[in-house]
Amino acid sequence: MMKHVKKKPGKQEPRWQTKISGGNFVDKFHAYRNLHAHALFSSLGRLVASRFSSAMTIIVLAIAISLASGFYILVANLQQLAGNLEASNQISLFLKDEISEAKANKFAASIRQNPDIQEVKLITKEQALEEFQLHSGFGEAVKALEKNPLPIVIQVLPKNSLENEQALEVLVDDFKRSAEVDFAQMDMQWVKRLQSIMEVARRGVILLSLLLGAGVLFITANTIRLELHTRRDEVVIAKLVGATNGFIHRPFLYSGFWIGFFSGVTAWFIVTTIMLILKQPVEKLSRLYDDAFHVLFFGFTETLALLFISSVLGVVGSWIVLHFQLRQLKPE
Amino acid sequence: MLKFDNVSMRYPGAGDVLRNVSFHLQRGEMAFLTGHSGAGKSTLLKLIAVIERCSRGQVLLDGQDLNQAKDRQVPFIRRKVGLIFQDYKLLQDRTVFDNVALPLVIAGYGHHEVSRRVRASLDKVGLLGKERKYPAVLSGGEQQRVGIARAVVNKPPMILADEPTGNLDPELSAEIMHLFEQFQQVGVTILIASHDISLIGQMNHRILKLDHGQLVAS
Repeated sequence: MMKHVKKKPGKQEPRWQTKISGGNFVDKFHAYRNLHAHALFSSLGRLVASRFSSAMTIIVLAIAISLASGFYILVANLQQLAGNLEASNQISLFLKDEISEAKANKFAASIRQNPDIQEVKLITKEQALEEFQLHSGFGEAVKALEKNPLPIVIQVLPKNSLENEQALEVLVDDFKRSAEVDFAQMDMQWVKRLQSIMEVARRGVILLSLLLGAGVLFITANTIRLELHTRRDEVVIAKLVGATNGFIHRPFLYSGFWIGFFSGVTAWFIVTTIMLILKQPVEKLSRLYDDAFHVLFFGFTETLALLFISSVLGVVGSWIVLHFQLRQLKPE
Repeated sequence: MLKFDNVSMRYPGAGDVLRNVSFHLQRGEMAFLTGHSGAGKSTLLKLIAVIERCSRGQVLLDGQDLNQAKDRQVPFIRRKVGLIFQDYKLLQDRTVFDNVALPLVIAGYGHHEVSRRVRASLDKVGLLGKERKYPAVLSGGEQQRVGIARAVVNKPPMILADEPTGNLDPELSAEIMHLFEQFQQVGVTILIASHDISLIGQMNHRILKLDHGQLVAS
């Protein structure tokens, strides 16, 4: 609030009473609200009035935003895939073909004696074949085979205390040296690798978003700078008749808000369209793999976050310009 | 109302534009500011509108030291000074009504109050009925009257005019000056910068004359 200048009671002019800001409190509140509403809609009106240039700016921003949010949703989708798979230390031992089922059982029992082992499960040739027919999609082809080509498999789950990679390696090497074992494999090592890759991708998304966010900020800033220049006279005159910086900033901040908001909306549509195009082939592929995977779209919170962040970037972008440029704009 | 106390203004590289200027305008007084081009008239007006700040001395407006005013106080000081320009400085893409309403909108008046005051102000300058016109379709004299309506719509205690009749013929100029006298009669302090000596001579008001930055007659 400004300080009203005290007037000497004797000198007051009844017909010409100066007030520096107008009206009573309720009136002022309404006027203030109206100013905001006016700035909100007049900035929207100006955006519509310069359709072509606004559309170009918004599309450029939308592409930047959809790149960042598109990568985000891609990683979210891949994460779903990796998340379904638990990274366990399970080891599969594929036994030599000549090993009989009885011998295999004996071998499994001997493994159970090992204090580092939590669980041992034997899968016979028949069980393996059944499972293979069911899940691989090659059922018919397998039926055409005269002889079951699958080996007996022993699944070994080491104790969780055996977290150390090196200790695991030693264990696997031991198994490899056993006479019964043809081939030993740490099943889920690739999941661990995938999860590491996902971690890299997540970081990548954050960095990309920061970079593209900065891009959005500066594109908005430049757009507002141009608007400021075309409306220079208006700003100067408003300053001369006593406009505060807040009054001058307001319509430009709202312009920035609209630009950011519409870019966010456009980006949402771009990403959603791409996801819709990809949905069918991806789900088809997923069906071949046990339906383990469903295409994720933007959720409600993600949509809100997208619109919020792009609007804020727009407002901040215009604020930066106003902060630095308006000081230089002195009335003559 | 307005007091200059030993005011000097120096622009870097341009030397002293004003030198030890002192004068005092009483509330409700009307005065002309004259002098050759470059005598410092515009600079003096800029100091009152706080577009510039003086290098030495003191400018007091309504008891407030303008040199000490903080940046965020400047808009409120300007609301006490109605400014009128030679080139009118109207917004060409706004109607007469919107142009005149600007100071009220800035001061945060409600819609009805704005409407009432704009009409009253346009009535005073004889332009009632032209609210919806755009400045471009008005004559020079009419545009200047819109400028005057805008300057007085907020009922400021002081009016500053910089060559208000510079672009007008003698007859229109006299009309505009007469309008200023009417505002003076209701207690507004008025300072008009002009080098139209013959026009000023016809009117019986105080004359402040600047010569190379110094006040030579008051």
